Amino acid sequence: MPYETSYTNQGFNVVGSRVKRPDGIDKVTGRAKYGADMNAAGQLTAKVLRSPHAHALIKKIDTSKAAKLPGVKAIVTGDDFPDHTGGNRGMMDMLENCMARGRALYDGHAVAAVAAIDAETADKALKLIKVTYKKLPHVTDVDEAMKADAPIIHDWVRTAGVQPAPTTASNVAQRSEFGHGDVDAGFAEADVVIEKQFKTEQTHQGYIEPHACLAQLGPDGSGELWVTTQGHFTFRNVCSTLLGLDVAKLKVTSSEIGGGFGGKTHVWTEPVALQLSRKANRPVKLVMTRDEVFRASGPTSSTSIDVKIGAKRNGRITAATAELRYQSGAFPGMWAMFGAMTSFACYDLKNVKSVGFDVLVNRPKVAAYRAPSAPMAAFGVESVVDMLAAELGMDPVEFRIKNAAKKGTKASYGPVYGPIGIGPTLQAVKDHPHMKRRLGKNQGRGMACGFWFNFGGQTCTDLNVGVDGSVNLTVGTVDVGGSRASLGLIAAEELGIDYDQVRVTIGDTNSLGHNDTTEGSRGTFSSGMATIFAARNAIEVLKQRAAATWEIPVDQVVWEAGEARAKGKQNSNLPPLTLKEIAAKSPRTGGPIAGHNEVVADGAGVSFASHLVDVEVDPETGATRVLRYTVIQDAGKAIHPDYVEGQFQGGAAQGIGWALNEEYIYGDDGRLQNPGFLDYRIPVCSDLPFIDTQILEIPNPNHPYGVRGVGETSIVPPLAAIGNAVSNAVGVRMNHVPMSPPRILKAIEDAAES
Amino acid sequence: MSGVTVSTTVNGDAVQFVCPPSESLMDVLRNRLNLTGVKEGCGTGDCGACSITLDGRLVCSCLVLGAEAEGRQVETVEGLSENGKLHPLQEQFIEKAALQCGICTPGFLVAAKALLERNPNPTEEEIRYALAGNLCRCTGYDKIVRAVQSAAKIMRRSRKA
Repeated sequence: MPYETSYTNQGFNVVGSRVKRPDGIDKVTGRAKYGADMNAAGQLTAKVLRSPHAHALIKKIDTSKAAKLPGVKAIVTGDDFPDHTGGNRGMMDMLENCMARGRALYDGHAVAAVAAIDAETADKALKLIKVTYKKLPHVTDVDEAMKADAPIIHDWVRTAGVQPAPTTASNVAQRSEFGHGDVDAGFAEADVVIEKQFKTEQTHQGYIEPHACLAQLGPDGSGELWVTTQGHFTFRNVCSTLLGLDVAKLKVTSSEIGGGFGGKTHVWTEPVALQLSRKANRPVKLVMTRDEVFRASGPTSSTSIDVKIGAKRNGRITAATAELRYQSGAFPGMWAMFGAMTSFACYDLKNVKSVGFDVLVNRPKVAAYRAPSAPMAAFGVESVVDMLAAELGMDPVEFRIKNAAKKGTKASYGPVYGPIGIGPTLQAVKDHPHMKRRLGKNQGRGMACGFWFNFGGQTCTDLNVGVDGSVNLTVGTVDVGGSRASLGLIAAEELGIDYDQVRVTIGDTNSLGHNDTTEGSRGTFSSGMATIFAARNAIEVLKQRAAATWEIPVDQVVWEAGEARAKGKQNSNLPPLTLKEIAAKSPRTGGPIAGHNEVVADGAGVSFASHLVDVEVDPETGATRVLRYTVIQDAGKAIHPDYVEGQFQGGAAQGIGWALNEEYIYGDDGRLQNPGFLDYRIPVCSDLPFIDTQILEIPNPNHPYGVRGVGETSIVPPLAAIGNAVSNAVGVRMNHVPMSPPRILKAIEDAAES
Repeated sequence: MSGVTVSTTVNGDAVQFVCPPSESLMDVLRNRLNLTGVKEGCGTGDCGACSITLDGRLVCSCLVLGAEAEGRQVETVEGLSENGKLHPLQEQFIEKAALQCGICTPGFLVAAKALLERNPNPTEEEIRYALAGNLCRCTGYDKIVRAVQSAAKIMRRSRKA
């Protein structure tokens, strides 16, 4: 029976409280088991040989010497992965990314792998594999890759989304366009038009736990995979497809996950570990090194973006356009499309157009990174919005309030908004005490807005009532940052029991129906929705058992405050039955009591945030220090406020790193020069201040509690907010992220010269 | 390859192991002694996930050889709670929601304990610099710093009592 998904404005007993997370003790004692913490009897250690070239033909791979090394149990190359994809191009890309097929497409591309009795032997074996390469011309820059004379990455790629369909190969995999109105007419109406080009460099999610798995695959095609992943069901489907297995025969268990941020949504080494295991018929453990994580997992796009916005003197925007060029690595992606869709989503615009170009380069296959593609687009758009406000002599917050999207606005990417939070977050910025703090010399203040769609998706949840009335909730989304606590709160709320009576388990692929990957800020939104419905399903059973016990019709039974109550005067002699009492009697009233729900959780409410930041720039060194940072975001309903704040703070910190420091640096040889945390420096504790947060709650009409996803939006505004703050501090417009000390110094010097 | 026999003390217990001379103490702790609370984030001393103390001094165990543990006192996150009771830092990390994914948590706890033993009343800045060798990608450090401040306060109070 489908349950009502609409928001009901109910009161709450436990939802919204700051309870302790149930997996806390495991995680502060070292007991929690992550990807690399599992072992199996007789396991082998696997290592991967990777291309040192940005682009090269693989003429020959000679594994004969390595195979003879004592202790080597299996070796695989591209030849060991026959094509089971049935013509599915996306799947073939995934397979080719896991193991090169005749051509190495980027520095770090896997070309062979070894399973041996220990790491030392596996390392030795890698050195004995002889690969004969023929180097090919390469390109790593997004603008260079779009030029007519650029080396072509794939001769089969024809630019999609262009009419008439091109007949020759291009590095532009897709063109996508969004918008409405007449931008030419809009610009003609404008009193002021600002146009500016921006660049952002490639960054990595930087999760502290490298990719790791323990794979077992037998000759009968049955197997098990223990893996750090955001989506064990997706991993099961993809690995089965790539290796020609029956989906039901591969059991995938998600370990505790040491950070993902979108980077653990795709397979990288897992099919390789499974194939090695099948060949050796022994369990195989494969853990990436940090160097491999940087070179060969899925960082975010580097971009090149043009933004043009026009406005009237009264502060109304008349037209806005953007052209967004995103590299997706060596395989097509959807990243420029997301950039084009999100770029103007914060504003109520009559005339708007955004065009995205998805571009192939010799870099690793790009994966999602927290609100993927939105931060770069926001950097361009929110910078130009600030420039326009300055040109018009308007306060940047007021200017944004005047143009902000609201309920009924047709979004630049198509839909018409319901109730949304952009206006309230801007008003909260205006009213925030942060705005009144005085700024000193070399200091600047900046703000910016951000948007993310959020996602729901397929979800399946079980709720089982124990004979003592305690409850086990089994969900299929992984706990990336405290969702066990929020889902436990929801189950307790629905059943009317104590939070401590609920234990939340992340089920493996053989204990639940399919669950989509934990992405799109969907964990608490969609598993929360399925938990509500599974609990309501269990309550139906509880009411039936109470009715049977009382020997009255079930429609005379209601569930209130954790107990069944008999309605009506005729039942006034029947004292309520608690969940505990009904559970105790369950063996004699029909057996186990359970609730279940499967749902496609549609209606994930869109999310908006506004960030405010003060920085100080040292004019001698170009180094920037973040003095104050405030995040204001609409959560719809904060189930567990601590972990909502945590998402706000974490996204802001990642955005600060991206804005000021983090970047992939490629040499002219196309090789990554900084694949380690020493040279790819993410923010450390002493780099940051406390990050202030304010949670707004504008209910999502499509969720019973009003929940919106909260995980991603917080990384969208920081690039632009800091860009605006630094520009205000140094008096020069910054248009290249990261704003590292050399870039800031150069901008100051260039401005002084001109 | 011939191994080295090492006698050492880990979390107060006498321990003996044999390892190749080139094996890191991190690998010994994780793979030979099954202390997987010691995490590997980089293997190059840049992330602090494998933080332990060696004779009371905070080190990255990936930069120490197993053989160097001979005759020393090794403390890992597994040794933090005593007599079935969580250390105040462990309690406050849970209380203040100072962890999201939790992979960096063992290293932060060991580093914070080393700080508070040296300096029971650190300023915010001292906490931030003492923990600058430990990377966290989830929290932005806000709630971690607050948890350490709170644990320090509790520990000072219990010392007075």
